[in-house]
Formats: sequence, C-alpha cells, structure tokens
Amino acid sequence: MKARVHIMLKTGVLDPQGEAVRHALGSLGFEGVEAVRQGKVIELDLAPGATEADVTAMCEKLLANTVIESYTVEMS
Amino acid sequence: MHAAVVVFPGSNCDRDMAVAFERAGAKVSMVWHKDTVMPAGVDLIGIPGGFSFGDYLRCGAIAANSPICQAVKAHGQAGGYVLGICNGFQILTETGMLPGVLLRNAELKYVCRAVGLRVATDQSAYTSGYAKGAEITVPIAHHDGNYHADAATLDRLEAEDRVAFTYADNPNGSARDIAGILSENRRVLGMMPHPERMAETAHGGTDGAALFAGLAAQLVSA
Repeated sequence: MKARVHIMLKTGVLDPQGEAVRHALGSLGFEGVEAVRQGKVIELDLAPGATEADVTAMCEKLLANTVIESYTVEMS
Repeated sequence: MHAAVVVFPGSNCDRDMAVAFERAGAKVSMVWHKDTVMPAGVDLIGIPGGFSFGDYLRCGAIAANSPICQAVKAHGQAGGYVLGICNGFQILTETGMLPGVLLRNAELKYVCRAVGLRVATDQSAYTSGYAKGAEITVPIAHHDGNYHADAATLDRLEAEDRVAFTYADNPNGSARDIAGILSENRRVLGMMPHPERMAETAHGGTDGAALFAGLAAQLVSA
C-alpha cells in the first residue's frame, strides 16, 4: 500500500519560490504563465492495514503545517 | 536562575546561548533532544538557533515532535519561561506555543548581517532591560525568517502588546516588520535575530546583553 501526500501553500500565502520560477519562465520566453505555486510530494510505503485516516493524522501532526499549507492524500 | 539549553542534531548556537546565560549569572544545563524530562528546578528553557534535523520537511517541524519538546510544552503550559532564537523560534511556532509560522525569506536569499531592531515593548522579562522604542543592533542569519500569520492573529498580537521586536528595515518580508513575539502570558519569546551573538565586546557590540541581564534579574527575584 502506498500513499502519496501533496502539500501546497494555501491560497493567499505568498510563495516566493513559485514567484521566482514564474519570473524565470518569463525570462526564458515562456509567455502566458500568470502564477506558479510550488509544493511538495511525499510518498509513503505503508505496512498492511494502514488506512487513509492514519495518513491524515500524519499530515496533521507532522507532514503539513496547516497554518499555511493544505494537503491531499492519494492512496494506491 | 537555572536555564536549560536544548540541543538537537544540527543546533549550532547552543553553546553561544549557554555562554550568554552564564554571563548573566545563570546556572546552565544542556539537555539532549532525546531526554524526556527537564533537570529539576529549571526556570527557563532556551531553544537555540541552528538547523535542527537539517531543516528537512520544514524548519523546526521534526524538532517540534522530538521527545524533549513534550517537556518544553509542559514547562510553557505551567507558566515557565521559554526563549527560542532563530531555529528556536521556528520550533516554537511548529509546536504551537507561539502563533504563526516562518516562511522562506521574501527575496529567497539567506541573509547574514547585523540589522536594526526596535524594541516594541518593555513589558516582558526579556525586554525590560531596554527602553520601549529603542533601536538596537543585533545580527540575523537565516533563510526562513519571514514571519507570517493571518491578519486576525497579527491584529491580536499588536493589540495585546505581544510584538517584542520589529525590524527597522525589514530584511526578509516579515508581516508588519515583526522580528519577535511573546506568548499570551508574556513568558515565551520567539525571535529570529541572535542577541547571544551581540552580548559582549568581543562580538563587536553588546546590545543583546540586556535581554539576558533583564531575564536574569527578573528570574532571580522571582
């Protein structure tokens, strides 16, 4: 069982890294990119029996800082 | 005053902090992050700067969940004093002992230089050694010092006089120029600048010394 956790800065929180990427794309000539948000993906290999609720608890306790970050969990 | 300084893998200002406490007259115990209890009689816990656990995941996030942080939280909940500097400030926000979070600097650069700070309140053991409104010079050295909280939290911090220091010339994009904040009971202070690196003449300045002296004075008489 695998879980994939996507973590993104919440809307409204300035993402300076995303902004830097947007500027770089512009200076490379890629037009039409209005905003870039940069996040991270954490993949977990889970032992049998682990549930999505367990992964959600991990997100709340450690993987995401819910003051500024939102997360989604994908189980496969 | 008996101070404990917590050491995490990657802490690098722990000894500087211990020396600053000692120079102010404190007895200092170093405490390892895997310990689960504080030495008996500790008045103040110092969480030093550095790069705890390599700043992996988020600055301070892994340290905030290490065994000793349960004892740090318990000390804070019981009304004890806790001082977090730089990475220590990041750890205190990650534990929830202080509101908000420290984001990547707005200019995306690591900033390492002395900056001007304004003492925003003299109503705390940490800042009682300064005059309110005084400008002092203290070094910063951080990549993630951009203080962020929602508008309601920022309003509350200002209304309750809990902003301890502001930057004279904001170096990292922090909301409302905030460089350090106090807890509700004013006994927990988190700040990004390093007063322990500006505490004796050999450092090139002594503006940070009053923070430790003020603390020692209040905790000895307590």
